[in-house]
Amino acid sequence: MTGQLMVKAEGVHKSYGPAHILRGIDLEVRSGEVFCLVGPSGSGKSTFLRCINHLERIDGGRLSVDGELVGYRQKGDKLYELKDSEVAAQRRDIGMVFQRFNLFPHMTALANVMEAPVQVKGESKAVARERAERLLDRVGLGDKMGNYPSQLSGGQQQRVAIARALAMEPKLMLFDEPTSALDPELVGDVLDVMRDLAESGMTMIVVTHEMGFAREVGDSLVFMDGGVVVESGHPREVLGNPQHDRTKAFLSKVL
Amino acid sequence: MTDKLSKDPAPTPSGSGSPATPYEAIKAVPVRHYGRWISAVVVVVLLGWLVYAFSQGNIIWDTVWDKLFDSSIIDGLWNTIIISVASMALGLVLGIVFAVMRLSKNPVTGAVAWLYIWFFRGTPVYVQLLVWFNLSLIFEYINLGPIYKNETVDVMTPFMVALLGLGLNEGAYMAEIVRAGIQSVDEGQTEAAHALGMSQTKTMRRIVLPQAMRVIVPPTGNEFINMLKTSSLVSAVQYTELLRASSNIGSTSSAVMEMLFVASIWYLALTSVFSVGQYYLERRFARGSLRSLPPTPWQRVKTNLTTFKRSPEATR
Repeated sequence: MTGQLMVKAEGVHKSYGPAHILRGIDLEVRSGEVFCLVGPSGSGKSTFLRCINHLERIDGGRLSVDGELVGYRQKGDKLYELKDSEVAAQRRDIGMVFQRFNLFPHMTALANVMEAPVQVKGESKAVARERAERLLDRVGLGDKMGNYPSQLSGGQQQRVAIARALAMEPKLMLFDEPTSALDPELVGDVLDVMRDLAESGMTMIVVTHEMGFAREVGDSLVFMDGGVVVESGHPREVLGNPQHDRTKAFLSKVL
Repeated sequence: MTDKLSKDPAPTPSGSGSPATPYEAIKAVPVRHYGRWISAVVVVVLLGWLVYAFSQGNIIWDTVWDKLFDSSIIDGLWNTIIISVASMALGLVLGIVFAVMRLSKNPVTGAVAWLYIWFFRGTPVYVQLLVWFNLSLIFEYINLGPIYKNETVDVMTPFMVALLGLGLNEGAYMAEIVRAGIQSVDEGQTEAAHALGMSQTKTMRRIVLPQAMRVIVPPTGNEFINMLKTSSLVSAVQYTELLRASSNIGSTSSAVMEMLFVASIWYLALTSVFSVGQYYLERRFARGSLRSLPPTPWQRVKTNLTTFKRSPEATR
């Protein structure tokens, strides 16, 4: 079930000016795993997720994806910052889904999904279109391909966003509270798509407040608070039998 | 759910489809708006007086209609269009370049862009035109090292003076408009594009600028309409555009006012035509930001015609 190391974080620190957001995160995500990050707002879980594809720069520690340092190159014992183009190349293999969808509003659903393969990989439009149609079908939006994002519901937009990330055929998918901006009715559709994706063997790191999803689909779970990992383990263990007081207090409020 | 959302039949607010209960309409004496009547009369009288004054003035209207399509006027009109379009194009390119420079993380390019905008927005365009016109007073040659060398008087034709004067001035205004447009695009858009592995340039060109256009186009249309009129200033630097062509005839045939009317009629025609163009351009860049685009005036006429035909059916 779990394969080789996909993400490895060792003592990751991140500050915004005086605010010390991440205070030494250590964790390992294995290939094929569904890895859930939970915790109260401001605990640093979204910030950590954004560090994995270098939308945020880490200030201390080491963070690597698939054996490659994120944002840096190591030569001897010296670190070199990567050029913008090299960072972009690293990001190609990491898909990301945002809380606020961030679909491109001036493009149809189909064009949103085709954009990156054509523009970044230089794929032909025909090939990209064929894959985009397949992906939109897979997320249940085969009949909405020509719609602009403003003509779609939140749940539909988020499913297009997932298809858009999948179009780059990533080896790792990051989900940043993908259902937090949705009406309760629409959450289920998005979680179904994510469950389907997990079953297909995709490595996923999911920041979520959906404890039911974490328990059912997750392979590992980390509870974060105040920029550190408080507790980690199998979701059923952590959620069912939390050891730490902080975890117990948090879970008593959300479960 | 296979159909488009907009096509789904909307449930009636009342829920049941039963006919409305009949009621007796209120019969009341309407309020008399005496003020409206008085102001309307006053305005019409004033307007009539103005028209009468012009009809009695010492104006030979026949000259106006005769000269409206005079070949030198049409040449001038063309030159006005050419210099306006060329200057606007230059202004737009400079505007995008300086807006991006100003927003860049490089402090030097940012400062240079600020300086450019400060200078060209801070001095009158008329002064700038005269500076370009008199450039040969301070630089006898334009010398770009091994690439190019020529006498300044030869390079600075009236067209070049007008283009540089208007274009560089416009660039400063456009830079601010483009900057506002770029800043109006949500940061999440840039993040999403970066997360997909798109480069800075691609993100700007494919994602940010097309969305910024919605904010950029309306003020740019205004700028262009301003440009059509401001281009009359270049008559001062020997460029024969519409105003200069008109006043040339005016001074030789002592029909000064008549020729100014000719120029005004053409300026009004130009600005009207381009206002319509602006409307359709704005509509195009509104794609995706509205659930459904408002109908164009032409589409509205068509629907009106068809609904008239259908009206007996619709009210059944």
